[in-house]
Amino acid sequence: MTLSPEEIHAKAKAAFGEAVGELQPPAKDAFFTVTPAKIREVCAFLKEDPSLAFDFLEDVTATDHHPKEPLIRLVYHLFSYRHRHGIVVKAELPRDGASLPSLDPVWKAANWLEREVYDLFGVAFEGHPDLRRIMMPDDWVGHPLRKDYQEAGGYFDITNVRDSALVEFRRMDEAVRAAAEKSAATNATPATPATAPAAPAPAGGAQVH
Amino acid sequence: MPNDYAHDPGAGATVLTTQTSIVENVLNLARKSSVWFLLFGLACCGIELMQTGGPRADLDRFGSVPRATPRQSDLMIVAGTLTYKMAIRCRLLYQQMPEPKYVLSMGSCATCGGLFQYSYSVVKGVDKIIPVDVYVPGCPPRPEALTEGFMRIQDLMMRERWKAKMRPRTEKRLGVQYQVPETV
Repeated sequence: MTLSPEEIHAKAKAAFGEAVGELQPPAKDAFFTVTPAKIREVCAFLKEDPSLAFDFLEDVTATDHHPKEPLIRLVYHLFSYRHRHGIVVKAELPRDGASLPSLDPVWKAANWLEREVYDLFGVAFEGHPDLRRIMMPDDWVGHPLRKDYQEAGGYFDITNVRDSALVEFRRMDEAVRAAAEKSAATNATPATPATAPAAPAPAGGAQVH
Repeated sequence: MPNDYAHDPGAGATVLTTQTSIVENVLNLARKSSVWFLLFGLACCGIELMQTGGPRADLDRFGSVPRATPRQSDLMIVAGTLTYKMAIRCRLLYQQMPEPKYVLSMGSCATCGGLFQYSYSVVKGVDKIIPVDVYVPGCPPRPEALTEGFMRIQDLMMRERWKAKMRPRTEKRLGVQYQVPETV
């Protein structure tokens, strides 16, 4: 039977008491906040209870509230295919050293979703079987979706600066011309060493027939 | 000595000159009529690239077919948004292509980063990592525009000199030394 958000929240509140916060009025989706340390127990209850049966973890994401508040808010979207009802669960973490238990033991879908949150927000998930970056390169520095993220200036030798087209093309032309002059200078060996002194090779190292 | 004529700038050399120009024309004609390109669709431009290969624009009538490996490709069509993570692979694929090789930058993203150029993960133009021969603007370019860019590549091929076909490698052309990270 499909339950309303109020009924879902009442069941969770009855089971966990203080760890489950008040139900917030729905701006879009109704949600309640859970103490981070209790998130795995609450979610396991939401999944296992036959009248709730949240068998699908739709999404895990996060929001960074810097600089208004020093916290990162985890957002879990849950849905039950059996009962056709959904709920949003949130957890508030401090920005520094943000960590909370992983939901991988509850829903296997949490594996990659939590890796994404770790990659972009730097939230550590305790008990995650494979906590690596999933989208950015493995050797990337920083977590890009944090509000105070500063670009490091490109990646290896790839610059992150692009000037106007005229400046860019002039720079490229100069590089090609300098390379051509350099190769012409190194290739300028006389065709017949015995007779003529070294003649300047044509630009671009072209043929000498 | 059997090789004496090699030191003589006379008859032999003259014959060679005229013959190479004819050979150049024949080779270039064959080359421009069979431009096999590397499939490198990175984003929505890749969809338009497929349309260009479809029956209406029909890139196949130029003898141009997509290849799935860089080792059989003459042309790399970089179609779409290039991220830093992919840029390392893109450069590796370019280096695996045999000379002479050409690069066509398709769309705003490949040309300068386009809509996403202020993003933390997007390369500001594929010419930051490999030399580009033809830029095709558009977001994404229509198949007609890509065909036009492709024909400019063919024009470049007809100007190719047989002796000079070994163009300087990427590093020499741009005058920089690249480092490839060990994780790749």
